[in-house]
Amino acid sequence: MSKYLLNKFLFTVDRDPELVERYREEPRATVEWWESEYANRILGCHSGESSTWLRFDDTEREALAAHDYPKLFELGAHPFLTLTLFIAMFERDHPPLGFQTEYARRLAHARLPYPDIAT
Amino acid sequence: MAELVAVIASTHHPFYYRASTSTGEDRPPFADEWVRKVEAFRETLTRARPDVLVMVGSDHFHQLWLDNLPQFLVGKAPFYDANFYNEEREFGLPRMLIKGQEDLSAYILREGLDAGFDLAFSNELRIDHSITCPIITLRPQNDLPIVPVYTNIFAPPLPRPQRFVQLGRTIRQLVESWPSDRRVAVIGTGHLSLELGGPRQFGPHGPDPEFDRKAVEWISTGDIEGCLSEVTLDSLHLPGNATHGFMDFMLMMGVAGEGRKADYVDTYDLFHTMEAYFTWYPDGGAS
Repeated sequence: MSKYLLNKFLFTVDRDPELVERYREEPRATVEWWESEYANRILGCHSGESSTWLRFDDTEREALAAHDYPKLFELGAHPFLTLTLFIAMFERDHPPLGFQTEYARRLAHARLPYPDIAT
Repeated sequence: MAELVAVIASTHHPFYYRASTSTGEDRPPFADEWVRKVEAFRETLTRARPDVLVMVGSDHFHQLWLDNLPQFLVGKAPFYDANFYNEEREFGLPRMLIKGQEDLSAYILREGLDAGFDLAFSNELRIDHSITCPIITLRPQNDLPIVPVYTNIFAPPLPRPQRFVQLGRTIRQLVESWPSDRRVAVIGTGHLSLELGGPRQFGPHGPDPEFDRKAVEWISTGDIEGCLSEVTLDSLHLPGNATHGFMDFMLMMGVAGEGRKADYVDTYDLFHTMEAYFTWYPDGGAS
């Protein structure tokens, strides 16, 4: 299990307008592409110096591919990263603050303590 | 030596810029009162006539990332570009360019290291809304040089609350020992109870009004001891999953000093979060 890699996906997609749209429209293909091409990039390093060991487990990959943000919360993805990216993708389909309140409602079953987000 | 002319602690609400500049049907009903409160708060900085601002905030996963994450970082650069694409997208925040007070950055880094804080530094830092929000609210003309200080309230493991208070005390000592004739204000922003990406987010009030009430009492009375006796890394999960940003308020209480009552206190209960504004004048009044 890699909370770090989930966060890295959310972080790198969120900061790239093209990837935000691509993930919105083709989530499964985007996750597959990202895992094979992007997951091992060390963001602050020369592109020739990549990691070799980062991959999602099946549950993580499916949660991302299904846009399943309640599952991402359960897996301990950083809630700020998840929220920010999903607002970017889906706020436009709702009235003002409608997506944010639906998001809260879909997590209403969560009880304290929330899943640990430490990486 | 430099003079510490004001200590200011505030929430940073990224929706303020859009709310305060919107007109007609787009203008939310709470905007006018919010603007009135912010302008009154702004006056508490203006009357202190600062030359330099030390600004405490926290990067929200913009430039700082989990592959190399400092606990406390001081910017040391002649300029800071500010705000990021996703803040423009979500909050409508403008791109900004802010001057840096590089000699004070150097002084805080050198003396801070010698005082026991292993401060990280950045010579090319793009700052985010934790620092640009208070520029927009408190100094919209953006005419003063800054020293940005970033804290990690975001990515565990976090420093404990006591460490934030200690850093605040140290920042005050360093500002007051800086060999300069400049007038310095220290401004820090954080949160009261806050939930982001969880079931209690975006409610009609902040997620824990009782915590907010206690927090405002601790801050406004300078009750560092009382605050530290109740607030821990674990306890901060209870009022809301993003409430660790309250530790930036604790840092500012450290700057202001134990038992030091705030000279100006205001709050504004909004949906989603309670706004809170505090100003201390170390000499008892702006002179």
